[in-house]
Order: sequence, then C-alpha cells, then structure tokens
Amino acid sequence: MLVFVIRRLLQSLLVLFVMSLLVFAGVYAVGTPIDILISPEATQADRIAVVAALGLDKPLWLQYLLFVQHAFGGDLGKSFAYNIPAIQLIFERMPATLELASFAMLLAVVIGLPLGLYAGLKPKSLPARSIMAGSILGFSLPTFWVGLMLIMVFAVWLGWLPSNGRGSTVALLGVPVSFLSIDGLRHLLLPGLTLALLNIALIIRLTRAGTQEALLTDYVKFARAKGLTDARVVGVHILKNILIPIVTVIALQFGSVIAFAVVTETIFAWPGMGKLLIDSINVLDRPVIVAYLLIVVAMFILINLLVDIAYSLLDPRVRLSDAGTN
Amino acid sequence: MTDVLEVRNLHTRIDSASGVVHPLDGIDLTLKAGETFAIVGESGSGKSMTALSIMRLLPEPGWIERGEVNLDGHNILTLPEYRMRDVRGARIGMIFQEPATSLNPVLTCGEQIVEVLERHKIEEGPAARRRATEWLKRVGIPDPERRMDEYPFQLSGGMKQRVMIAVALAAEPQVLIADEPTTALDVTIQAQILDLLKSLQKERGMAMLLITHDLAVVAQMAHRVALMYAGEIVKIGPRDAFFAQPLHPYALKLFASLPGAGKRGEPLASIKGFVPPLHGQFTGCRFADRCDYAYDRCRKQAPAWHGPDPQHQARCHLLDPREEWRLAELLRREDDKVPEAADFAAPADAGDLLEVRDLKVHFPIRKGLLKKVVGQVKAVDGVSLSIRQGRTLALVGESGCGKTTAGKALLQLVPVTGGTVRFGGNEVLGLKGAELKRMRSRMQLVFQDPFGSLNPRMRVGEIIAEGMASFGIGANAQARNDRVAELLGQVGLAVESRYKYPHEFSGGQRQRIAIARALAANPQLIVCDEPTSALDVSVQAQILNLLKDLQKTLGVSFLFITHNIGVVEYLAHDVAVMYLGRIVESGTAEEVLNRPRHPYTQALLAAVPRLNTESKLPPLTSEVKEHLAADIPSPANPPAGCHFHTRCPLAVEACKAAYPAEVAVSATHKVRCIMVQPE
Repeated sequence: MLVFVIRRLLQSLLVLFVMSLLVFAGVYAVGTPIDILISPEATQADRIAVVAALGLDKPLWLQYLLFVQHAFGGDLGKSFAYNIPAIQLIFERMPATLELASFAMLLAVVIGLPLGLYAGLKPKSLPARSIMAGSILGFSLPTFWVGLMLIMVFAVWLGWLPSNGRGSTVALLGVPVSFLSIDGLRHLLLPGLTLALLNIALIIRLTRAGTQEALLTDYVKFARAKGLTDARVVGVHILKNILIPIVTVIALQFGSVIAFAVVTETIFAWPGMGKLLIDSINVLDRPVIVAYLLIVVAMFILINLLVDIAYSLLDPRVRLSDAGTN
Repeated sequence: MTDVLEVRNLHTRIDSASGVVHPLDGIDLTLKAGETFAIVGESGSGKSMTALSIMRLLPEPGWIERGEVNLDGHNILTLPEYRMRDVRGARIGMIFQEPATSLNPVLTCGEQIVEVLERHKIEEGPAARRRATEWLKRVGIPDPERRMDEYPFQLSGGMKQRVMIAVALAAEPQVLIADEPTTALDVTIQAQILDLLKSLQKERGMAMLLITHDLAVVAQMAHRVALMYAGEIVKIGPRDAFFAQPLHPYALKLFASLPGAGKRGEPLASIKGFVPPLHGQFTGCRFADRCDYAYDRCRKQAPAWHGPDPQHQARCHLLDPREEWRLAELLRREDDKVPEAADFAAPADAGDLLEVRDLKVHFPIRKGLLKKVVGQVKAVDGVSLSIRQGRTLALVGESGCGKTTAGKALLQLVPVTGGTVRFGGNEVLGLKGAELKRMRSRMQLVFQDPFGSLNPRMRVGEIIAEGMASFGIGANAQARNDRVAELLGQVGLAVESRYKYPHEFSGGQRQRIAIARALAANPQLIVCDEPTSALDVSVQAQILNLLKDLQKTLGVSFLFITHNIGVVEYLAHDVAVMYLGRIVESGTAEEVLNRPRHPYTQALLAAVPRLNTESKLPPLTSEVKEHLAADIPSPANPPAGCHFHTRCPLAVEACKAAYPAEVAVSATHKVRCIMVQPE
C-alpha cells in the first residue's frame, strides 16, 4: 500500500508540472492584464514601472522559471488586484466552497442512494419509473436555469428562503461555517440543491444499474436461499458490493463540484472560490487564475488518491492483495 | 424411512417475450429422510427450475401455477413470503454450482456462516462464531480459526465449495438441495466434495436432492434417480435398476452417447433434432420427434407411466403391456443390426508432425516501486511432446496446470520463453510476418466457448471465409464461396447457414461452425481446447463423432486439451498428463489409461466417477484421498523437487530433492517419478 501511495504521489508531481506549463502558457495567451490594471491616464513611465514591478517585462520562459522557483517555496505569486498572496486569497474563500460542495454531495447521496436502490429493486413500479424519468431532468436541465428557477419560486414568489450570500456564519475551529445556524442552513439550501441535482441523477442511475446487476448474481440468490430478510440482502449483500463504483463517482464528482461551483456561486452570490475565479478572470489577475487552477488539480489528485484508499477499505480483494503489483 | 419432502403436480410458468414458457409441467417426486434423490437431465430440461420452485426463488417473471410442495406434510407453497424465509436455510438448505460467485466477495467466510445462525436464532454473538468455526472444521477446512476471517477470494475452489456447504448446513436443515455441486470443480476435488456430502448426509440423516447433468456422479451418489426431459420427469427408479435398464428411448440414447474406453472406435449415439420449445400444450410424447422408435400413437397421446415394477417407471408407450408385441419386434430388429465394425486402428506411422522440446512460458511477477521482476509464474515449464500425423494427442490435467497456455504457445498466441517447436521438420518459434502467417494456416485452434469465439456481427459464411482470405486460400471470392459451402457440408450444417448469424445457432452448431472455420485453412493440426466441455452429453457425442470422421477423411492431427477423462478414453491415441506446468507421464492411450505409473495419473483416473465398473483401476483409498486433499500449489511458487510431492501418497524425502528424471517404461511410455523403475 505504501509503495502504491508513493508511486501515485510521484505521478501526481508529474501531472502538476505539466499542468503548470499548460496553465501558464494558456493564461499568457489570453491577453495582457496591463490594459485593465493601469488606468488609461497613467504616464508611459508609470506604465513601465508597473510592468517591471509585476515582472511582466521578462520573457515568458523566464517568468515561468521564476514562478516555479517561488512555487517550491510555497509562493504562487501575489494577486495583481488585491496585492496579497494568491494562495492566501484562495484559502480565505475555500471554506465557503468546500462547505457548499460537501452539502451538495451529502444531499446527492442521501436522496440519490435510496431512490436508486428502490428503482433497482422494483424497476417496473410507477414510483421507479417516475424516479428514472425525473433523473433525466436532473441530467438535462442546465445548472444556471435551475438556480434561477429556484430563486424565483422559493425566494421571490414564496419568500421562504434567501436568494444570496452565506447568511450568518459560526466559527468552527476558527473557520467560518454556515451549517451550524438556522439562518446559514437556509442560505445553504438553494445553492446546495442546485449543485446537487446533477449528482442526484447520477447516483440514482448508478445505484439502480448496480442493484439490478447485483440482483442477478449468484451470491444474492444464495443469500436468499439462506433465508435472509430482504433488509439484510439489500442492506448488506447488495449495498456493500455496489458501493465500490458509487464511492468512486461520488468522490470524482466532489472534485468537479468544487472546481465548477463557479456558475452556482455566481448566481447565488456565494462568496467562494468560484466567484473569486470569475472576478479574477475579469481583471486578468494571472497569479490568482494560475494558483486556482493548480490548487484544483492538486485537489483532484488528492481525491483520486483517497478514492483508491477507500476502494481498499471496501473491497478486501484490493486491500489484501499487494496494490503495488498493478 | 419417512417422506420429508413431497412435490406433487408442480407446474411452473415463465413470462417471456415469445409468450408463456412452461419449464415444469407436472413434476411429482418424494424425498425420504437420509435418502439422496438425483434429478438428471440436459440443459433446459427443467432440473434447476425444479429446485428453484421448491425454494420459491424463481427469477422475476416466473411463477408457480399449481401444485404442492409438502415439507413434513405441510404445503410450503401457500406460506406467506415472510414465513417462507424461515423455511429457507433453516429447513431446506441449498448449494449452487459456482462456489466462486455464490459467496459474497466482500464478506468474510465467518460472517456468511454466522448470519445464517443468527437469522434462524440458533446462536448469537460469540457463540455463533464458535459454532461457525466448528462448521468449517466439520466440512474439512484446515485451520478454521484463520479461515473465519478470510474472504472467499483467498480460498481455492474446493475450499469455497466446502464453505458454501457449511453455510447451507449451518442451520441443520432436513433437506439439502445441491444444484450441480461439483460441476465447476476438478475431478480430484470433486471426489472429495462428493465424499463430504455423503458423510454429512449419513451423520445428519438429512435428505438430499442432487441436481446434475453428470450421470456418473449420480451413479456414485444417488439412491433413486429421476430423468427429466422438456419439463417433465420421463423416467424414475432406484439407482441400480435405473442404469441397468434404460426403459425410455431417451435414457437409452443418453447412456449410449457417453464417451468412454468401452466405446473406442464406434461412433457415439447421437439424438437427432432439438428439445421442443416449451410453449403451451403437448398432445403426444415430448420426445417423439427425436425418437427412433416413435409411431403414430406417440404423437397423439401423452404416454402414461409404465414399468417393470412400481418403483421403476418410464413415460413411454412401448412399455404399455398392450404394446408388448411392438417392443419385441423392435428388439428383434435391433439384434439383427450388424454393429459397425470398431475402427480404431491408428493410421500408419507417417512420422512426427509436431515435435515440441522443452517449451517454456513464464509470466513475470512485478512488484515494488520500480515494478521489478520478483518472480515468474511458470505456466509451462519444460514441456516436451510430439504429435504424429493423423493421430490425436490428449493433453490432460486439472485447471491451472498450464495445458491451455501450452496449446496457445504452440500457435505463438502467448509469448514463449524458451524451447523449440518443430512443425513438419521446421522450427516455427521465432517466425515473423508472412512466415508466421503461413505456419498458422497449418495449425488452427478451436476454443471451448462457442458463444464467445464467434464474432456476433458477422455472418457464418463471412466467419469461415475470413481466414481463407487472410491466408490467401482460394483463387477468388467465388472459389472461396464454393469452399465455404463444402466446409459447411463437411461439418454437417445446411449450406443456407452461411447467411445466418451465430446467435441463430445452438451451442453444438456453433462449435461446428468453429470447426469449419478451423478447417478452412486446410490445417494439418487442430488444437482443440476443451471443445465439448460447454456442451450437453448428447451434443458432445455429435461433435466427437464429427472430429473423428474428419480425422479419418482428412488425416488431420488433433491436440486435444481437456480435463474430461471419458473423452480422452474414447478419442485419444496418445495421452500426456500435465501437472503444474510439466508433463508427468506420457504414452499411448492404452499405456497411460490402463497402466498408469505416476501417482498423480493414478489418482486422477481413480477420482473420475464412472457409470459402471469398466475401469480396471482400484478405487482411491481414504489415505490417498487425504493426501490429495491438500491444495494445489501455485505455479508461481511450485514445491521443490517433484511438484507433486505435497499431495503424493508415496512421497519420500528424496522427492523433495530434485525434479525426477524421465523414466522410460517402454519405448513410448515415459514417467517422471523416482518410484517408477524401468521394466
């Protein structure tokens, strides 16, 4: 297992390196931030001074080498717009996004898993058909539209829930969180649901397919022949087996939810990383964009690693055979 | 003995796209305490459906239309589902065919036994665990404490089957239903599992319903036997009488289609036609269309039960006392038939076609950060054999011994580590490009699974012609077309078959297509890898007859890779026995099968269940069985010295020292065992 983790970490470094190259070149190609950052009235001398201060006068390869050099010291550059380290800026916003993403995934599992199990066990019943039809909506409705509709219905027409912001936060270990107060929860609900919708649909489909496949297996037949109750056959024999692919998808989706919460955060004015990214792109704040993308990549890598470890906890075949051999 | 289980007039139905299917049409049987009752039949006869109906575990679209299943006099078909769950596992236990897939892969062996004990309120908590451990010990699992916490994948196939038996018996049911309990196992393991079932049954006095397609297993295990065909029982009787008098024409054919040493040289009996579709009502006998003795009454009226005594009966009009004259007439006609001359003279010695020396296939095991090679799986480790023109060499051995890999290595379908393969006098290993292609056209392959080995999206004609085109056989498309028609005729298929797709054919027909495809390249050698093990006996007989005919007319040689000793006895001229990547004994079929010298060959042959006592070999003693019960070692780490010493009843210290040299018992008979002296 240790060998496996070490090999994966080495591979991850390679991925990070390639990614940094791509991101750096890509952001450079988008355009120069000078025109946005410096007011048109500034003199040519001021202009040159600012360009030199930001290091934009150097050739691209030198800029990249300097960036890499600093990156090894944990410094991904200072934000052009805020003039504070990009990392610090991102980490300040991160808890909000993480909270939103976790809440959305929790909703997805709590709603998706039971519905998927039901649809798999009784595929021909009316509720199961409705669930499956509903899941198609979950796949096909665009996030921004769902968000807007939810705001219109629950915030504007019914006035039950707030439409933007985090509400009042409570400090948990020094980090501000929303879910510990009623007001915070009310603020979480709409953006969380918006973000969860696609994942609910995904988990329903996966769980249903897994359940139907498991129902045909010999071990389920044998479990029934032992006289076990349905609760035990479904809850232990089936669930433990189908959880493996579901956990993978949940974890990978968690990554994408974090990375692509951009739209939802913008609609609900949720003060997270996604909103920061949009703002940074608007002003071409290069260090923040680069840092953000690299952090997201690192997060994906970490999640993938955790999935592999989770695998080994769920599947004894992985746990007990040397994972390093494959 | 009292009746424990009684099935009366059981009718099961299944909804399908093509209408309601009747897999069971009026099944009657009784099971007495302490008795083994066997249901035999070919696939689709309804034998597994009977078991699932009794357990009320039918697949979703199936239901029981009418009938009774009385357990201790109470009909369990009328119980509500929640009460039925108290019956399953506790009063009727069931084991399935595939131990590898029937145990839940993510639960430990212990958990799977304990949950039965707790469900049926026999023991709870630590007491349940103790009881489960006892059960593992009772089914013969060494070191049960450790095995309790192991997962199924850590156990060998035989061990898994033992665990499944422990699970099924943990709640001490009165009835055990065993559905093909040993079909997935090797013969030496099968012998142990059958013994275990027998002894547990005796100890507990339970009734056992044994479901199998293997007549020899039935002959060994059952007290009474029922033969099923197309959803009904066609013959029922006590074991000895059942096998001594076929009574029913179907039973007669079935017995005659079994390959074996006694039938060498004769064609095996085969049954014409197919099992009829099971939709709706039959007006006459279900077997009439395939029966050689059918007459008008058979098509008009369903036969009643007749037979020499009330215990031994069959559904056949010919047994009706009023038809006695007809039966006598038929028997007289049968006697007049001149038996086909046994023709098993091996062809004149035309020299070696294939000469394999010291063939090795090693697969590296990689481990660690840099994937360093830390060992080798020696799948094939120095195999030498030769096949002569027009003869059949059988390569036999248990699963995992490397026989399939050896076959693939000859055709260079797996990378070869070392050795030489001379085909028609020329070295073929290391050939590349056009030369390799030319060589491959001379050596063809027929696979075990006729479903997976034919491309489902190609028409049969295309499948057969494809190889010809790629090997450049046939001048043009027209010539190839003619050849396809000729090949289809040769393997006994209609010419129109060329326009159909593989899924339109039965398993046996598909295997014929695969043989036609192999023949298309005009090969001199065909490697047949278990070509009949996925087929029913009556279909197997047809394929074996076909292969023998082809050998006679085309002079092609066969390398027959199989674990089925009956097939070997029937078909092979020469035999090589493989164990853990090496050949331990080889010689002519007569030498190896009748006078085996290697202890492994002796054990293998003795473990094969047989219909009658045609084998001259003494049965295995319990001491020998105990030795054999040891797990087959892994080919990645074979035991030092003779690989077989860990399971050998004759092993001495010297066996562990070095791999035994080849001892020539005769010019053709060679054995690798230090206990064998040349004669």
